[in-house]
Amino acid sequence: MTAVSPVPSREQRTRGTAPSPVIRSLLRGLPTVPAVVLLAVFLAGPIAYCVYYAFTDMQLTGASGTSFVGVDNFTRAFQDADFLNAVKLTLVFVVGSAVVGQNTLGLALAILMQKASKPVRSLISGVVIAAWVLPEVVAGYLMYAFFFDQGSLNSLLDAVGLPTQNWLYTMPILAVCLANVWRGTAFSLMVFSAAINDVPAELTEAAEMDGANAWQRLWRVTLPVIRPTILTNLMLITLQTLSVFGLIYTMTRGGPGNKSETLPIFMYQQAFQNSLIGYGTAIALVLLVVGALFSVVYIRLLKLEDD
Amino acid sequence: MTAALTTPPVTKVPAAPAAPRKRRLRLGTSTVNLVLVAVSVVYVLPLLWMALASVSDLNTFKLKLPDSLTLDNFDAVLNVDTTFRPMLNSLLLCGFGTAITVVASILCAYPLSRYRSRVRRPFLYTILFSTGLPITAVMIPVYSMFVQVDLIDSMPGTTLFLAASSLPFGIWLMKNFMDGVPVVLEEAARIDGANTMQVLWRVVLPLMRPGVVVVTIFTFIGMWGNFFVPFILLLSPEKLPASVSVFTFLSAHDQTQYGQLSAFSIIYSLPVVMLYLLLARKLGGGFALGGALKG
Repeated sequence: MTAVSPVPSREQRTRGTAPSPVIRSLLRGLPTVPAVVLLAVFLAGPIAYCVYYAFTDMQLTGASGTSFVGVDNFTRAFQDADFLNAVKLTLVFVVGSAVVGQNTLGLALAILMQKASKPVRSLISGVVIAAWVLPEVVAGYLMYAFFFDQGSLNSLLDAVGLPTQNWLYTMPILAVCLANVWRGTAFSLMVFSAAINDVPAELTEAAEMDGANAWQRLWRVTLPVIRPTILTNLMLITLQTLSVFGLIYTMTRGGPGNKSETLPIFMYQQAFQNSLIGYGTAIALVLLVVGALFSVVYIRLLKLEDD
Repeated sequence: MTAALTTPPVTKVPAAPAAPRKRRLRLGTSTVNLVLVAVSVVYVLPLLWMALASVSDLNTFKLKLPDSLTLDNFDAVLNVDTTFRPMLNSLLLCGFGTAITVVASILCAYPLSRYRSRVRRPFLYTILFSTGLPITAVMIPVYSMFVQVDLIDSMPGTTLFLAASSLPFGIWLMKNFMDGVPVVLEEAARIDGANTMQVLWRVVLPLMRPGVVVVTIFTFIGMWGNFFVPFILLLSPEKLPASVSVFTFLSAHDQTQYGQLSAFSIIYSLPVVMLYLLLARKLGGGFALGGALKG
């Protein structure tokens, strides 16, 4: 990341028929044009659109009646019990499945894997990564089958004598959280494994010479050293989890009722099922702003590492 | 990984305390193994169910061994409407999308990696910032925009959007890989009279081929699994990729054929699993990817 990009050598600068500096830097920037055009049209464009339409009452049925309504969509959202429910569930989903679930499980597995024997290490990384490589909709389908009333989880609970229940009906948000932990932990595991491998062996060895036991070495040496990675990982998985749609939609469609309706699902339903594009866009803007804030924090973290 | 654990006994530690510590360590290892195997079992259950369901005639959500193995489920889904057309659509969308992303990010990464200018840092930060934006949130305005310019239900339009949405990450990864190519080699080629494109094509790219492969496979896997973008932007059943058809398969039938759906899910997942294995081998174990993602 510490991109020390080379300053062009003196020889290059003064070579022969060099055009004027402005033209030269424009020519140098030329290869970026395809990417810049694509990003401007398909990413910056929609975001600008999003900011504009969030303040209109646009509906799916005919754009002719669209008019500017100011912050109506937002005041409406913050008085809408369903919206507040979606915000709450999104918070539960992000904190439960990413910050607590994926992050902790990923870190714990990465630490444990160091002590495990090689075949076990291959086994656990293999299955965890397999769950991650599977397409989102397939993962959603598998988790639906797993948590279904007659599914594997209940058979398992039944076999060990624990009470069973219809998970997708009684606690859908827990089911989708666990599903997201199942699917997403691989990312944290890979990031943490790479970070732990980079912890200088001298540090842990020195601590061991000083009589630190395994716990102390973990708490006093390894974790402080990989702290920046933990923060970066937290930001990244928060951003990923914030926009999860397919997994939840495949499993529960936000239901029953609105008991697993996170912001992306709520936004989709308002825009397409209730045909309220303007309102849906306002919700999208809220999601975008929250994502942008996390993204800025993430960049700041990287920058701190960088400098 | 094991180096840190195995070296201490070799150093000048008095013999007496070394023995109990060693025993405790071994005890720890077996406990750790046990815990990790237990976690693996829980992790593998859903996958096991899918594998069993696809070759069983029971058509149930219960995890149990079928009485007899059958390939009927695969037979039933291997036709144009269920499997071949959605897979072809996926291939078209993701193949062209990945090609556009990779070419555009190579071109864009070169100036970012090689030249210093006033716009370089802001540009890089914008790219990094965009990698974090939730694409899900952009989809409603994209839909409105596509309706207005009549790009809705168009495969080229969807391909371009898929390409654009994976560009920020592609550029970022590509630039990091390109930074690893020494400039000295380029300067030699420049002195021999090569222009920028020749230098990029003949010198830089061959040296960073592993990086290009990583970005290509990674982008393709991401697009292959993408559900929301084609779900919103494509309408005609004959244009839908496999990701959406799995979903419609699941929701269309009340008494869904779980065996058939499992068989189709396996067929649909196979390409990305194989690409991932290729990627993992290229990187010497998929864990280097964690390092690359870390930035």
